[in-house]
Amino acid sequence: MDTYRLDDPICAISSGLAPSGIGIVRMSGEGCIDIAEKIIKLKNGKLSDKESHTIHYGHIYDGDKMVDEIMVILMRAPHTYTKEDVVEINCHGGPYIMNKILYLLAGNGARIADRGEFTKRAFLNGRIDLSKAEAVMDLIASESEYAASNSISQIEGSLYKEIVSIREDLLYNIAYIEAGLDDPEHIDLDEYQETLVSKVKEIILRVDKLISSYDNGKIIKEGITTGIIGKPNVGKSSLLNYLVGHERAIVTDVAGTTRDTVEETVNLDGILLKLIDTAGIRESSDVVEAIGINKAKEIYENADLILLLLDNSVGITEEDKKLLGLINNKKAIILINKTDVDNKIEESEIKSFLEDDNNVHIVEISVKNNIGVDKISNIIKEMFYNDEIKYNDEVCISNVRHKTLLDEAKAHLEEVINAVMDGVPEDIYSVDMYISYAKLGEIIGMDTGEDVVNEIFSKFCMGK
Amino acid sequence: MNNSIIETDICVIGAGHAGCEAALAAARLGFKVTIFTVSVESIAMMPCNPNIGGTSKGHLVRELDALGGEMGVNIDKSFIQSKMLNASKGPAVHSLRAQADKSVYTLNMRKVLENTEGITIKQGEVCEILTEEVDGVNTVCGVKIYTGTIYKCKAAIICSGTYLNSRCLCGESITYTGPNGLQSATHLGESLTKLGIGLRRFKTGTPARMDKRSLDFSKMEIQYGDERVVPFSFTTDPESVQIEQVPVYMTYTNEETHKIIRANLDRSPIYAGIIEGTGPRYCPSIEDKVVKFADKERHQVFIEPEGLYTNEMYVGGMSSSMPEDVQIAMYHTVPGLENAVIVRNAYAIEYDCLCPGELTLSLELKKVSGLFSAGQFNGSSGYEEAAAQGLMAGINAARKLSDLDPVILTRSDAYIGVLIDDLVTLENNEPYRMMTSRAEYRLMLRQDNADLRLTKIGHDIGLISDERYEKFELKKQMIEDEIDRLKNTFVGANAKVQEFLKSMNSSPLKTAFSLADLMCRQELDYELIAPIDPDRKPLPSDVKEQVYIQIKYEGYIEKQLQQINHFKKLENKKLSSDIDYNEISSLRLEARQKLNKFKPENIGQASRISGVTPADISVLLVYLTQKK
Repeated sequence: MDTYRLDDPICAISSGLAPSGIGIVRMSGEGCIDIAEKIIKLKNGKLSDKESHTIHYGHIYDGDKMVDEIMVILMRAPHTYTKEDVVEINCHGGPYIMNKILYLLAGNGARIADRGEFTKRAFLNGRIDLSKAEAVMDLIASESEYAASNSISQIEGSLYKEIVSIREDLLYNIAYIEAGLDDPEHIDLDEYQETLVSKVKEIILRVDKLISSYDNGKIIKEGITTGIIGKPNVGKSSLLNYLVGHERAIVTDVAGTTRDTVEETVNLDGILLKLIDTAGIRESSDVVEAIGINKAKEIYENADLILLLLDNSVGITEEDKKLLGLINNKKAIILINKTDVDNKIEESEIKSFLEDDNNVHIVEISVKNNIGVDKISNIIKEMFYNDEIKYNDEVCISNVRHKTLLDEAKAHLEEVINAVMDGVPEDIYSVDMYISYAKLGEIIGMDTGEDVVNEIFSKFCMGK
Repeated sequence: MNNSIIETDICVIGAGHAGCEAALAAARLGFKVTIFTVSVESIAMMPCNPNIGGTSKGHLVRELDALGGEMGVNIDKSFIQSKMLNASKGPAVHSLRAQADKSVYTLNMRKVLENTEGITIKQGEVCEILTEEVDGVNTVCGVKIYTGTIYKCKAAIICSGTYLNSRCLCGESITYTGPNGLQSATHLGESLTKLGIGLRRFKTGTPARMDKRSLDFSKMEIQYGDERVVPFSFTTDPESVQIEQVPVYMTYTNEETHKIIRANLDRSPIYAGIIEGTGPRYCPSIEDKVVKFADKERHQVFIEPEGLYTNEMYVGGMSSSMPEDVQIAMYHTVPGLENAVIVRNAYAIEYDCLCPGELTLSLELKKVSGLFSAGQFNGSSGYEEAAAQGLMAGINAARKLSDLDPVILTRSDAYIGVLIDDLVTLENNEPYRMMTSRAEYRLMLRQDNADLRLTKIGHDIGLISDERYEKFELKKQMIEDEIDRLKNTFVGANAKVQEFLKSMNSSPLKTAFSLADLMCRQELDYELIAPIDPDRKPLPSDVKEQVYIQIKYEGYIEKQLQQINHFKKLENKKLSSDIDYNEISSLRLEARQKLNKFKPENIGQASRISGVTPADISVLLVYLTQKK
């Protein structure tokens, strides 16, 4: 049912996701200018009115919310790399912003490009010398193999199982309808609509849950909830100031949901950190106030990530031991601060106070002299963007792709509910169920093939 | 031995539903056709169920009719009950199904064949396909029948149904015959094998026929036909089919039935492993139903008349290959069948048919030029599927002789296109039955608009007369005009309109609305808005139906048309049959093997072959561009 498309709008991050000053998100194909216009507000005029091969200043919006300030290059067919209309968005670098833009484009009608697809189009449209055909074919073959294995291997077992299970549910219901349409004398659909609506609503909830719990999806959207812990004067506020001062794009002050906590969101090399209880830290630097162990416990509970500071100049104190003892299974980075003075803390010593050091990284830093702090972002990437595989572009892009597919699957299921309410016949909305089924299949690399026909025959007794 | 030699243009081997359509199409296109059958009495025989049509099969018949085929006309002359199935569902799945009077159907078709100029009917078994090398290509030059007589021809169409090396099984009793004890074709298979054509074994089955007088209908539910019958053929006068209809009956199996079946499974040739062929999941035997759906307490059984001039009743839903004693015992447990006298036993039949990958989309075989095939031989099941292929094979054989390009209907043109594409492109490990869920563009491929989709093609081919075509054009014009009028006639928010809407439980207007927009409201339709549409002219009911459907489902139809546009872009990218896919090293190994086996005719078809991935398609596109 999903037709292979030749010239639909495709988008991709063409600069790579590695943190850098500028990121480039590129789009090509019929209608890509209209899609860009849906999320870009130019300072002057409309993108679609602009001449080809011009560059413009503007902002990316997600609804009313400004996402980034950008420069956008408009290139109309045929004088482009793909010989199609091309829009190139130059935004701030870093995975958060670029993924966000990619996600917005995908949500407005662009398809996330397969690897090598821009090159393929360039070739098919006569932009690349015919003698390069072999090379282009090899590129497509190797890239797609790589992407497929990478994309599927990074799906967690539980997520995979849940998608398989949702698909099974969907397929049964599609087959029920189709069996009823094909053999009305054996399978009666008259009473089925109510059951179907409640079933589909249930499935939507499950898809929703996937969307919201989608590992990196959540982290990309909301950031990593991070608590900074340490005894007084250990350098918490310096670290906080370093992090806040380091961010390049978005800072928001949000009154937290829990009493007396203040959250600050910072973008650390493209990673969004939501720092909790920064009020306490700021205060503690003025009023010398020990951070109570109960407060620390609260922070441990709420945070995805703990940054625990130790003072190298004084060694591990009784208070430090208590804080280390609390880490237990939490993802944590232990920062040995003040490494400009003599070493008083050994890694092995720290580990001896930990119940479990699986999720713990230990780094020596000097906030004051700006030593070692740049390592923090890489460690966080390793810890959060993927547990098993090294954090890379492919993982992030396929995450956006997966989330987009989940969104689409959900949208088609909502169509089903609307259609039933509007009295639309079964044969029309069952197609939406099927598309939803196919989209979910794409996430886990499963074809639809003859699934419906097979399900009909295996679950429903029909025929003369 | 002195063999007689007879000259003809096209030989059609078999006179079932595929053979009849093939012969008629080729003859009507001006060719001399000889149609062979093992028995003239078995022309257009219905050896299984007494129905024409049904879900998606009804679509096939209407499409065939729009292209100039015979089945629709013939069933309109031979039916004894008719129903529009799924009438309460969406228009795309409405499907006509008629009960046929089997003997009348056969006789009517035989009469048409006998009186069509250019057709010669010959009783005799074809044993050999004769070929010669023409420009290095193995090409059909004749067929040889059992007596040794040679029919020289330029094309042949195999429509051997279930007769090729067939054997019938009823428990331990095995007979080497075709259906109904008719002679099986035992030599042709060998000839085909010699030509390098791959054959495989399929299986199907049929239930018992019972003497009406021995059945107790008071224990069954009765089912009548529609009050107003819709004809199959677009040429049939709707008034001529408003006949007195006969009812059919329904009853159920029960635990007792299932117990007997379970107790005797070891005597079923399928479960005992005697049958090697694969049966259709769509028509499971009662043994299969009981085993595979063990938790079902009962199965429906339809008791349908075989005709008006016979007492035989068809027992739908209970086909079987059990031994006769088990059959009698199990049938007798069913309410109403306690004392049933079985006229013909249920049996399973095994037969040879084509392996996947042998056919082209024109239904010509890849290995022998001029050799076409249609029907069950191609791995399908069902009269309608057979007839549709027969028509296309007949048309394309005739066109080949006229040096014209074949007519290939695509998946977005017709169910016939879906059927043939699936038969040619998929592995299909069982007899293939048409289903609405197989047609991805089914919203466009409705039975009601088969004429709008295909009459022009039928006319271009030469099977639709100018007179019929003009009539069709007139209908088309009426539909377009009326839709245009409804879209451009606005009603204001005046008292009369508001009053009317109120009476229909429809919300009042705030601004002017077109009649077309009003019709789209869930609670309204074309007929219902008549009171506020005084300028309306009386229109034929088929025109009104089109107007209503096309306006009501416009949004969905638009969406589907867009999909069809994308689909066509790939179908239009042709692949030559002499590409050696082994030479394209970027294709995955599985893709290379599959593509070489199926030799798809375009990129779209290639993308539907199982084991060919989107990346393989990308590689093929690059390859094609390079070759250009």
